[in-house]
Amino acid sequence: MQLFKKTKLLESKMDEFIDITSESGMIFFEGVQRFTNKEGEKFDRSLKKIRELEHRADNLRRTIETQLYLETLIPESRGDVLALLETTDVVINAIKETMVGLSIEDPHVPDQFKQAFIALAKVVSKTVDEMAKANRSFFRNPLAVRDHLNKIHHFESESDQAAEDLNRLIFRSDLSLGEKQQLRYFAKRIDRIADRAEDVADRLAIYTIKRSI
Amino acid sequence: MIALLFLSSGLFLGWSLGANDASNIFGTAIGTRMVRFKTAAIIASIFVILGAVISGSGPSQTLGRLGEVTAVAGAFSVALSAGLTVLWMTRTKLPVSTSQAIIGGIISWSIFAQVEPEWSILIKIVFSWFLSIILAAIFALILYHLIGKLVAIIRVHLFRIDLYTRLGLIAVGAFGAYTLGANNIANVVGVFVPSTELSNLVIFGLSVSAAQQLFFIGSLAIALGIITYSKRVIETIGKNVIKMTPQAAFVAVLAASLVLFLFTSRSLESFLLSRNLPSIPLVPISSSQVIIGSLVGIGFAHGGRGLQAGPLLRILGGWITTPIIAALMTYGVLFLMDNVFGQSVG
Repeated sequence: MQLFKKTKLLESKMDEFIDITSESGMIFFEGVQRFTNKEGEKFDRSLKKIRELEHRADNLRRTIETQLYLETLIPESRGDVLALLETTDVVINAIKETMVGLSIEDPHVPDQFKQAFIALAKVVSKTVDEMAKANRSFFRNPLAVRDHLNKIHHFESESDQAAEDLNRLIFRSDLSLGEKQQLRYFAKRIDRIADRAEDVADRLAIYTIKRSI
Repeated sequence: MIALLFLSSGLFLGWSLGANDASNIFGTAIGTRMVRFKTAAIIASIFVILGAVISGSGPSQTLGRLGEVTAVAGAFSVALSAGLTVLWMTRTKLPVSTSQAIIGGIISWSIFAQVEPEWSILIKIVFSWFLSIILAAIFALILYHLIGKLVAIIRVHLFRIDLYTRLGLIAVGAFGAYTLGANNIANVVGVFVPSTELSNLVIFGLSVSAAQQLFFIGSLAIALGIITYSKRVIETIGKNVIKMTPQAAFVAVLAASLVLFLFTSRSLESFLLSRNLPSIPLVPISSSQVIIGSLVGIGFAHGGRGLQAGPLLRILGGWITTPIIAALMTYGVLFLMDNVFGQSVG
């Protein structure tokens, strides 16, 4: 009975970690919207929430990793699961760092770029959400992972395109070179989140093949 | 005391069987760190003894029908030669099975004692060796697909699969140890059954036959082999054997155990016979070879990837070399027993 309890607890921790990943994507999108709409207080609430989620995700990751090693669980897939946790955590960290960067540098986003920033954040959020779904499928239904991976690749391409469009807009505007560089920097940072999510997808593709052998 | 001295060759064979064959049942489970050696050794020892005492009589009687070694010195010579053959072939890394060694020994005794062996039984036994490997491959192939489909349908969490696999490995390990004890005890002490001087016992109202007492002593030797030496064998094998997932290990052991059960179970035999179906002969088979058959089946389940003809050819080679070496050695020991020590061997 004790074994079943322990396993169930570990499963719920892993599920919570994946929930946090998905939630981080949504909070990020909400945060970028609030930032571009200049809703300072609301943005601070989003930032606070992201910090809490990132902290919780770190704790969960460490607990799961320790338990996997201490109880020598899933010996065949342990390395893969640990790498998956680490790379997924990188995505959550990238989200938090971007939000913190926005809070510290507080770049001026003129109205003409608002929609392009929100569009970029939206597609990035979709990529992260799909990554969370792929992670969940890896643990419960490996056959479905491939469908999610295809969507991740699709959204990541869209994110690249949205970032490129945004950069074109920025550099065709009358802003000073300093402002242009700063906005381009944030566009790149946001797009990078989708790249990190795609890194997770690439690993998942291999791990899923390994699980089917 | 003399009887125990003569029985010592069988006990040596039992110890060697326990040391070598426990790895077929729990080797991968321990190698993949799904089950601890201590847990595996305790479970294997208990179930080997239970299997031998409760269900060991079927294959043992078949061996008796092949050639009934009525003199204890003859039985000693057969078991000693089989044990030495297994030891020597293991040391020289040649494929070997106690079943094949003991058969070679019995045939040699028949020739020495000028007793006509039951050739039809011998044909049945050799056919069973072929059949056991083929059945193991088929069982493993079917089980592998079934379990794969089941896991996909019920969508169990990876961690839960891990837990179920651990429990499954322990359960099939216990079943495997039971069937190993039941099937292979014939190799260890079967040859002593016709010449035993033990009488029936009644313990707590339960009647324990002379054969069952022999099986109990023989299975203790197997258990001792498991506890004292199998860890070393498992560690050596673990470094050389193909890497297997715990799920594949579960399928391999389950398929092998089912095959061992088929060649051991009297109730299954009477069930098949009562329905006019062809019965499976109750014959001692090799757990190592059955496991290799299971692995071939899993290889086929993967579309034949990674399959090699080498291990199968080595098994076939072992079928020829093991009985011949055991037979030659038995003949030599019988000659010494008869002419030097003046013991009646047949």
